Amino acid sequence: MAAIYSLYIINKSGGLIYYKDYGSAGRMDTNDSLRVASLWHSMHAISQQLSPVSGCSGIELLQADTFDLHCFQSLTGTKFFVVCEPGTQHMESLLKFIYELYTDYVLKNPFYEMEMPIRCELFDINLSQAVQKDRVALLGR
Amino acid sequence: MQFFGGSEISPSPPAPTAAGNNAHMMYVFNRNGVCLLYREWNRPLWTLNAQQDHKLMFGLLFSLKSLTAKMDPTSAEKGNLGVPQLPGQGCSFHGFRTNTYKLSFMETPSGIKIILVTHPKTGDLRESLKYIYNLYVEYVVKNPLYTPGSPVRSDLFNTTLDQYVRGIG
Repeated sequence: MAAIYSLYIINKSGGLIYYKDYGSAGRMDTNDSLRVASLWHSMHAISQQLSPVSGCSGIELLQADTFDLHCFQSLTGTKFFVVCEPGTQHMESLLKFIYELYTDYVLKNPFYEMEMPIRCELFDINLSQAVQKDRVALLGR
Repeated sequence: MQFFGGSEISPSPPAPTAAGNNAHMMYVFNRNGVCLLYREWNRPLWTLNAQQDHKLMFGLLFSLKSLTAKMDPTSAEKGNLGVPQLPGQGCSFHGFRTNTYKLSFMETPSGIKIILVTHPKTGDLRESLKYIYNLYVEYVVKNPLYTPGSPVRSDLFNTTLDQYVRGIG
């Protein structure tokens, strides 16, 4: 049983730059993951328009019937979101940690072009370690 | 509390968690996207005019529903993205939270959508939405003068609703 189902990273214009699946039923194909990512980008923007008070920065948590979606937006507009089991705790800190990994292993990589899909081996390794550690922590409770 | 087919409103609504008015606004849409009811209690910010605002809200819910139906990690057969879902079909959602508000959403089998926007710290409002739906059935649907699909104009419903929402924590 996976606590985290998948992870997406989208750039500031809504393009999917990273997608990793950790065992959801019926893996999404590439086209669908791109569509879902840009759809989330627009939903995030619309939710800011509908805010009854000013200063809204978009959806942080979406609670669906079978999963929770936690979203973290960095100051530059890059959005990180994880799909996890309903009621999973400590996802904000995991997202912040993934953001740290992104700054360390992706942004500081001289061969990485901004806003382009992420292909960095070190990022992959460290990310899977982080998610694995998170899973162990979840199983331990 | 009875949800469907109950002829009596439950005598004790779900206990409000704290005193004070935390609700910002509420929308009721029918299955065609007509805004049957809009109430607001505390809304300092308007970015659009009323009609555009209702359309945008309905569009957001519609798209979020197709998004959750497509993302559902527990089923392999999800169909195509953007195909309209019947009420109760596919994976839906019951709310989302931003840093400034929390939106709670309920859809009935007949396609009535009830949306309550509250303070982000409010708890789970699913029971409250069911109670509001019961109020709607009692005061609106059972009113013989009410034409289905037309905006709700019932003072009795509005006052009862105001009273109840004021108690939601």
